[in-house]
Amino acid sequence: MARNGVVSWRRMSEKLDLSPPLISEEAHVLAVDDSLVDRKVIERLLKISSCKVTAVDSGRRALQFLGLDEEKSSTVGFDGLKVDLIITDYCMPGMTGYELLKKIKESSTFKEIPVVIMSSENVLARIDRCLEEGAEDFIVKPVKLADVKRLKDYMTTARDVGVEESGGGMNKRKLREPCDLMMPTSPPSILPSSPSSSLSSPSKSPSPPMSSSFSAPSSPTSLDSPIRRFKMTNAD
Amino acid sequence: MDAVAQWRNQWFDYTQYLRREGFLDDQFAQLKKLQDENSPDFVVEVVSLFFQDSEKLFNNMAGALEQNVVNFKQVDAYVHQFKGSSAWIGAFRLKNVCINFRNFCEAQNLEGCLRCLQQLQQESSALKNKLENLFRLEQQIVAAGGSIPMME
Repeated sequence: MARNGVVSWRRMSEKLDLSPPLISEEAHVLAVDDSLVDRKVIERLLKISSCKVTAVDSGRRALQFLGLDEEKSSTVGFDGLKVDLIITDYCMPGMTGYELLKKIKESSTFKEIPVVIMSSENVLARIDRCLEEGAEDFIVKPVKLADVKRLKDYMTTARDVGVEESGGGMNKRKLREPCDLMMPTSPPSILPSSPSSSLSSPSKSPSPPMSSSFSAPSSPTSLDSPIRRFKMTNAD
Repeated sequence: MDAVAQWRNQWFDYTQYLRREGFLDDQFAQLKKLQDENSPDFVVEVVSLFFQDSEKLFNNMAGALEQNVVNFKQVDAYVHQFKGSSAWIGAFRLKNVCINFRNFCEAQNLEGCLRCLQQLQQESSALKNKLENLFRLEQQIVAAGGSIPMME
């Protein structure tokens, strides 16, 4: 049932290129974390934000779910649900979140799926590396509801444009630009910051305190937000 | 003052106390936000999972520290894991012990590590008691027909 719904919705979105996005179905998020406690909370955070969730405990399993670990490659996971976002822990035994990110971005089928990295450690070099590799965002744990609300923007974007419309592989953010033209009222989080470097992510513009209301981006530099997101609790 | 009001007052006092003494920080309130009628036992479930998980981690840490040649990196990895989990429930004091613990790991100071492990176990035990008290209070409020106040 879900499979049919997804296919027909996407076809419709291709024809009606000026219609606002009608998200009648829930976004599907693949959550990856080796810690049981983390998985439980993240799953709840996502469900309470109206997402369908598949939670796995390793990068390996994530790839298996996507069908990347085996010969057969499909655009849907095993149970036929399209994945709209992948959120993964950075520090995991075996395959790190960074390695998982790379594998996803290397895949022609899945590179368009937004990937968000989580980490309990806010290391600038780590954040930079992930963003450079194509991560949409980097969230410092513990993840809050406000963080998840922000994530929903990426999912909306990806679904509007559709997986087929992959601009080049180089700048993942090219994906957002056609969306800006399509959406009559684009939330500021998707406003193109194309004049900036390719590392810029429009989603990082809004300041955290106003995460629930979309006001104009306050900071010109895209790298501000990851730094703002540093939780300066008891000097880690 | 009726029973519900009394229990609720106690609840406020107790949560204030827990915050003041550093047993819990803001993150606990964040966790409570995720509890609703669809998931009415969410906080209790997460907390239980956390304590179960910590038992395993404490055993792992103890085991690693008992080795003839201690692998401090491994110990540090366990502490890092524990610290991450404790952050989800807002276990402020535990988090702080972890920071010290990791410093001792880096300095390869066995005695310091052992002390920290003991501290972690003691603090964990104390927190578990406090949380059990809190949950019991909440159960009483609900049983008396009241609703659990929002945490600020």
